[in-house]
Amino acid sequence: MSANAEGRALIEAREVSVRLGKREVLESVDVRVNPGEIVTLVGPNGAGKTTLVRVLLGIVKPDSGRVLRREGLSVGYVPQRLQVDQTLPLTVRRFLTTGHGSDANAISHSLAEVGAGHLDDTFLHDLSGGEFRRVLLARGLLRNPGLLILDEPVSGVDITGQFALYDLISRIRKERGCGVLLISHDLHIVMASTDRVICLNRHICCSGHPESVMRDPAYVGLFGERASQGLAVYAHSHDHSHEPEIVEGAQNR
Amino acid sequence: MIEEFVLRALLGGTGVALVAGPLGCFVIWRRMAYFGDSLAHSALLGIALGVGLGMDLNLGIMAAFVVFALLLVFLQNQQRVASDTLLGILSHGALSLGLVAISMMEGTRVDLLGYLFGDILAVTWIDLIWIYGGGAVALGLLAFIWGGLLAVTIHEELAQAEGVPVFAVRFVFMLLIALVIVIAMKIVGILLVTALLIIPAAVARRFARTPEQMAAGAAGAGVIAVVGGIGASLAWDTPSGPSVVLVAALMFLLSISLPGGRGVL
Repeated sequence: MSANAEGRALIEAREVSVRLGKREVLESVDVRVNPGEIVTLVGPNGAGKTTLVRVLLGIVKPDSGRVLRREGLSVGYVPQRLQVDQTLPLTVRRFLTTGHGSDANAISHSLAEVGAGHLDDTFLHDLSGGEFRRVLLARGLLRNPGLLILDEPVSGVDITGQFALYDLISRIRKERGCGVLLISHDLHIVMASTDRVICLNRHICCSGHPESVMRDPAYVGLFGERASQGLAVYAHSHDHSHEPEIVEGAQNR
Repeated sequence: MIEEFVLRALLGGTGVALVAGPLGCFVIWRRMAYFGDSLAHSALLGIALGVGLGMDLNLGIMAAFVVFALLLVFLQNQQRVASDTLLGILSHGALSLGLVAISMMEGTRVDLLGYLFGDILAVTWIDLIWIYGGGAVALGLLAFIWGGLLAVTIHEELAQAEGVPVFAVRFVFMLLIALVIVIAMKIVGILLVTALLIIPAAVARRFARTPEQMAAGAAGAGVIAVVGGIGASLAWDTPSGPSVVLVAALMFLLSISLPGGRGVL
């Protein structure tokens, strides 16, 4: 992840470190996303994934290191959680206009693109988990993004819905040619549609093609032996399976 | 023929309701009802300050708000107790300090009940200038930050990522709440002022399909509550502030028991 592709990247974080209070959340992290590339950031809870996203979005200033953005890059950000108070009446269409003032055609188009055209006049509160995810994605697409940043884009969605959403994301990438940075704590399904995996646990443990990352000792150390065997239903227990000692071991690359 | 003091009361109440409704929508969307209540409680301290120092009462109240807000932010950053506990402590502490301070001022006659529960029938023309001047400024500012505030209410980080000046928008919103509390106090008093913010908004929720409809509906519901409350107060000689709040509360009960609509509350 060095200078060989300099200038081609949509966005690049260089030796980014972030401290929250006394805790070092990110230690000298390098990340880049090239045009048309799907990069998946995996790591256990508390690994600093969301902080890294905030740094890339410019919401959090790194304590050291810097973020380089391609000039004029438009970023579509889809947050992990978005909960609107029950008392706020928002239809899907009105939701999509907040913060943009986009025209009606663009909204219809982006809703159709994510297969949510029929939800136009539905209240946000009445959407299912999968529908809500699609609407969030449509909001990100409205900005005509060169880069999509998706924080846990399938959370709260059943397994079939997760596959459908990942299909949708890779189709969007193909049709729009935009870069995608995907954040996940659940890697098995992710692996299928991604070009490059970055394994984060405050620092970068390992990165590369999904197949090679799966076999990387650092990855195995972080997520446990079973995670590398491609068990499709093995999804959530890795949050608890990595011991601090093992993580330390993984750091000695 | 309508008596002049009734006309002033109706004008004052209407003016306050028109501003409190739309702003109150954001108070309930952002779940800040308790914050509004606490801020209002600290107003009594401001009145004591104003009377004690012989300065304009509205300035005294604003000074108390600023102290309250600074103290709140400072203590929140300490993170010793949860935010709602902190609000409760500050709010009742400020209210009690205000009550004690006022009781210690000998010789000055302070209409305590009037401040606590409002005295809409004693609204003066000067008060009306405050209400309509302040109200126009508040509504103008609210309209100006509307889109940004809505985006921040939906998702703060998303709004920030999309270039909304989150801090400025939130700051202006706080100012607006303080301003509306000052002008609404005259009508319903310190203890009931939050009711005028949140009840009309809650009534309107049932019938609204967009945030803007809800804001307009809340303003309308507030006006109905004010007119109904003043009418009841005159007819049955009941205290005016509580009468207004009671009418609003009855409207809310009616709205949620009506068939149809979108009973999400």
